[in-house]
Amino acid sequence: MKPARFDYHRPARLAEALELLSGHGGNCKVLAGGQSLVPAMNFRLARPEILIDINDLKELGRLEDGAQGLRIGALVRHAAFHQPADDSELSRLLSRVVRHIAHYPIRQRGTFGGSLAHADPASEWCLVAATLSAEMTIASTAGERKVPADQFFRGLFTTAVAENELLTAIEIPALPPGARGGFYEFSRRAGDFALAMALAVLVVDGGVIRWARLGLGAAADRPLRLLPVERMLEGRLADAATFREAAAAARDLASPSGDIHGGADYRKDLVATVVERALTEAAS
Amino acid sequence: MTWIGRRLRRFEDPALLLGRGSFVADRSSTAAAVKFVRSPVAAGTILGIDIPDGASVFTARDLAGTKPIRPILERPDYRAVGQPLLAVDRVVHTGQAVAVVVGRDQADAEDLAEQVYVDIDPSAAVVDVDAALAEGARQVHAEAPGNVLVEGRMKTPGLDQAFAEAAAVVAITLRSGRQSAAPMEPRGGLAEFDPASGRVTLTASVQMPHMLRTGIADVLGMRETDLRVVAPDVGGGFGQKMSLFPEYAVLVWLARHLRRDVAWIEDRRENFLAASHSRDQVFGVKGAFAADGRLLGIDADLRSNVGAFSCYPVTCGVEPLMAFAELPGPYDFAEYGVRSRGVTTNTCMMAPYRGVSRPMLTLTMERLMDVAARRLGIDPWDIRRRNLIKHFPHKSPTGLVYDPATYLEAMEAAEQRIGLGEFRARQKRLRDEGRYIGLGVSVFSERSGYGTPAFAARKMQIVPGYENVDCTMDPSGYVDVRIGASPHGQGLKTALAQLVADELGISPEHVRVISGDTDATPYGWGTFASRSMVIAGGATKLAATKLADKIRLVAATLLEVEPEAIELADGLARVRQTNRSLAIADAARAAYHQSYKFPAVGAGLRDTALYDPGGTFSNACHVAEVEVDIGTGGVSISRFLVVEDAGVLINPMIVDGQIAGGVAQGIANALYEEVVYDDAGNLLTASFADYLPPTAAEIPEIDIVHMETISPATVTGAKGVGEGGAIGAPAAVLNAISDALSPFGIEALEMPATPDRIRDLLRKAGISPHG
Repeated sequence: MKPARFDYHRPARLAEALELLSGHGGNCKVLAGGQSLVPAMNFRLARPEILIDINDLKELGRLEDGAQGLRIGALVRHAAFHQPADDSELSRLLSRVVRHIAHYPIRQRGTFGGSLAHADPASEWCLVAATLSAEMTIASTAGERKVPADQFFRGLFTTAVAENELLTAIEIPALPPGARGGFYEFSRRAGDFALAMALAVLVVDGGVIRWARLGLGAAADRPLRLLPVERMLEGRLADAATFREAAAAARDLASPSGDIHGGADYRKDLVATVVERALTEAAS
Repeated sequence: MTWIGRRLRRFEDPALLLGRGSFVADRSSTAAAVKFVRSPVAAGTILGIDIPDGASVFTARDLAGTKPIRPILERPDYRAVGQPLLAVDRVVHTGQAVAVVVGRDQADAEDLAEQVYVDIDPSAAVVDVDAALAEGARQVHAEAPGNVLVEGRMKTPGLDQAFAEAAAVVAITLRSGRQSAAPMEPRGGLAEFDPASGRVTLTASVQMPHMLRTGIADVLGMRETDLRVVAPDVGGGFGQKMSLFPEYAVLVWLARHLRRDVAWIEDRRENFLAASHSRDQVFGVKGAFAADGRLLGIDADLRSNVGAFSCYPVTCGVEPLMAFAELPGPYDFAEYGVRSRGVTTNTCMMAPYRGVSRPMLTLTMERLMDVAARRLGIDPWDIRRRNLIKHFPHKSPTGLVYDPATYLEAMEAAEQRIGLGEFRARQKRLRDEGRYIGLGVSVFSERSGYGTPAFAARKMQIVPGYENVDCTMDPSGYVDVRIGASPHGQGLKTALAQLVADELGISPEHVRVISGDTDATPYGWGTFASRSMVIAGGATKLAATKLADKIRLVAATLLEVEPEAIELADGLARVRQTNRSLAIADAARAAYHQSYKFPAVGAGLRDTALYDPGGTFSNACHVAEVEVDIGTGGVSISRFLVVEDAGVLINPMIVDGQIAGGVAQGIANALYEEVVYDDAGNLLTASFADYLPPTAAEIPEIDIVHMETISPATVTGAKGVGEGGAIGAPAAVLNAISDALSPFGIEALEMPATPDRIRDLLRKAGISPHG
C-alpha cells in the first residue's frame, strides 16, 4: 500500500502552480484534500509522476456569500458547510447535503473543488453543481475561463478541466425567493457512496409548482439534471400523484449500471424512490 | 465478597487506549521488508517467473527443501491436499503467494514486487459450491475427485418413518455469503535471526503460538527449540489468526537463509485476498412436523465451500463437520439424516471464523421453525416451546450430551421483555401507513469449552483441547500465571486474575497473566472456539487451588496451627475465628528464603494444573425488531435483545462486550458483509469500500439480560460465550425481515439480505417501490 515514486511540489502561489501544470501537463496530479487521490495512489491505480500540492494556495480557500449566491474557492473543505454559511435556503440545503459526504474526518480534509474535479458520479457536490447551474472558474497560464455545469461534466471521472488547467472556484447562483430544497440519498451504510440520490428545489405557490430544479446522482456516468421532468413539474399541483409521475419519468431517464452493491434493475427502482422522496421533502 | 462476578475494568485497556500497545508493525521498523507476489488469476499453470536483475526474490524452487502444509483428518472420506509455501507449477486461487521479495523498506519491496512477472497459462476457475459439485466440473485438485474434500453422512433408522407419518414436510434452502473476519489489524510477522544461537524469534499476530511453532518446524524441517514464537498485542483474530499460513513459514525460512531480520506487514487488500474466509454455505433441509408442531425429524444436505486448501491444524472439516454434528441445536427430536460436504474451489482457503457453521445452522433451524409455524398456523414462539430441549442431560441424534441449560426459560424471558402484544398492535398500525416492521426470534445452543474428546471425535490427527497453567507466587507475594491460551482482545488476563484473586485471597492487581510466548508459557492451544475462560480458566483455578494449599501449609507452620485452620483473604493468611494472621507476602518470602522449614511444600510457591473438559453448552435467545423500507429495500434494526445463559459470569462487563461484538458481526453476516468473486475467480471486494462491515451507525443498542445456570460440566461453573453473539443474530434479523414482509409472503431470504436482494424479492412479488 505504498504509492509508486513521484516528485512532489508545493507551490506557494497560484501562478507557480499554473506554471508547473503548464510545464508537465499529463504527468501531473493536483493534490487538494487527497481523500480520493491518495488511496488511488496507494493502490497504484493512479501513478502521477508529479504531484502538485495546492494546499498552500490560501486564495483558493475562501467561501463568499452574497445576494448573487455562493462563491466557493476550490480548496474550501466539506466541513465548512456543516453550518449554513448564511441564512439562505441554498446554504441550508448544502448543510443538509454535506452530512451525506463520507465521514467526519474525511469532511475535514476533502475539498469542494476536489470533488468536482474528480467527478465521481456518486459525488454529492457534483450533483449540487449540475442541478443548480453552478459555474466553474478554470485557470491556466493563459488566463481564466468560466464553464457552466452542463458543459463541465463530460463523463465518468472526466471534466472540462484540461491537463494544464486548475479548477479554482465554483459559483452557485442564489435560489429564487420562496424556493425550498429537498435531498434524499440511499447508501448501504452511513457515509458510503450513494447508490442513488436526488436533489430537488421547488417554488410552490398556492399548491402549484412555479419553478423546479431536479437532479439525479449515482444513476449515470455523470450527475444528471432532469430538464424534461422539471418542465413536466412546472405548473402542476405539488402533490403525491405529481411526484409519483415525476419519479416514474426520472426512472426512465436514468441509465445506472449495476455492480455488486446493486443491479441495474435495483438502481432504477431506487431512482424512483429517491426522486419521489426529494420532491416530497422540497414541497413539505 | 468475591472478585468473581465483578465488573472489573480490564487491565489490558489503559495501554491500548493510550496508544502504548505493541503490535507486530510497531516492532518491525528496522527489519527488511517482505512483500509477497500473488497470483492474479484463480487457476492456471505457471509457465515462468521473471525476476528483476539483482533483486532479492525467492520462488518455490528456492524452497525445495520445505514441505507443504497438509493437515490430516483420519477419516476415509477425507482427501488431504497440500498447500505449498509458494505456488509450485500451478496456482489454485487468486492471491496465492507465488514469489517473495525482500526490500529495504515497504515501498522498495512493493516497487520490486511490481517488476516480478509471473507468466501463467490460465484455466477456467471453479468458484461456486454447487458448480464445483456439478457433473463434469473441472477438478481443483487431482487428489479430490468430484471436488469433495470431506463428507460426513448419517441416518437414524426411524427417519423414513418420521417423514411418512409427518402432517407437514417443510423444505427450505438457505445460503450464506462468504465472510472475512476482517480483524482491525491484518496478519503480520517479524522473524528475527539471532546470529549467536542461530535461533529465530517469530513475532506474529496470531492466536495459537505453540501450534504455529510446531507447524513451522515441521514444514521447514527444523528443531522446534530453534524457534520461538511470540504473539504480542494482537488487533483482533476471530479465528482468522488460528491457522498456520505459508507466509509465516516463509518468513522464518528467509530469516535463516538470509541470516537477517525480515518483516511482513500485511495490507488490507492482501488480507482480503489471502487470509482465510468463512461461511459460503448452502444448507438444504426438510423438516417432518406433526400436526401439533412437534418436529419429528430432519433430513439435511449441507454444502460448505472450503476454498482451495485445508486449514492447519483444524482442517477443512471444521465447517462441514460442525454443521453435521450440531445442526439439531436446542431442539429435541430423534430422527436425523444428514449429508455434509466440504467442497474445494478456486477461492481463498476457508478457516474458522467466530461461530463456525453455527450462524448458518442456527439460521436454518430458526427459519425452519418460522416457516413451519406459518404453514401449520401455530405461533412462532409456541412451535419453539413445543420443541426445545427441556430435560437434562440430553443426548442429541449425533450423540452430543447437553449439560443443563435454559433454552425454554431464556426464550420465555425474552418474550416477556420484548412486549409481544404491544409490538403486534404497533406492527398492524404501521402497516396501514405503508410501513413494515417485523420481529424475529432466534434460540440456539453454543457448544463451548470442549477439550480433546470433541476434537478427537472429528478424527483430527492433531487433537487440540487441553490447557496447562503454571501459577507461581514470587517472594514478594505477587503471582505470575503462565497460560498456553493466547488472548488477543478478550480481556482474559483480567478475568483470570479475578479467579486467582479469589483462590489466593489477594488483589487481582497482584496477578500478572503471561501468554503468547513459547519460551515463557506451557504448551497449549491458544484462544479460539469459546474455550479460554472455560479451559484456561479451569486450569488456572485448579493450579491456584493447589497453590493456595501450599500457602496455607507455609502459613500454618509459621502460625503453629493446622493448615485447615488457615483462611486466605484480603492479602492475609488468617487463623479462623481468631485475630491472628500473617501477610501472604511474608509467607511467600518464607517459602523461598526459609524453605527448610516447609519440607512438605518444597522450595518456593509454584504449582501447575491441566484441564481437559468434555465441553458445555451455553445458550441464548436473540430477538430483533427491524423496519424494512419498501422503497429502497433497506433494513434498519430498531431493537435487539439478548437473553444469555453463560453460567457463572466471572466478569459480566467482559461477557457483555463479547456478546455485543458478536452480535455486530452477526448483523454484518445478516445484512452487510459479503466477499464476492466473479465467475473467473477474481475478487471483487478487496477493500472496505466494497466489503462492508457495519459501523456504529448501523448497530443498535443491545439489551442484554443474563441467566446463570451453574454448569456441573466445568470447574468454574462458567460456560463459553465468545461466539454466541455471532451465532444467534443472523437468524433473529432474517426472521424479523420475513415477519415484516409477511403481507407479501416473502420467505426465501439469503445472507446477506442486501437492499438489492430484498427489492428483488419484492419486485418478483409485484411490489413497486411505492408499496
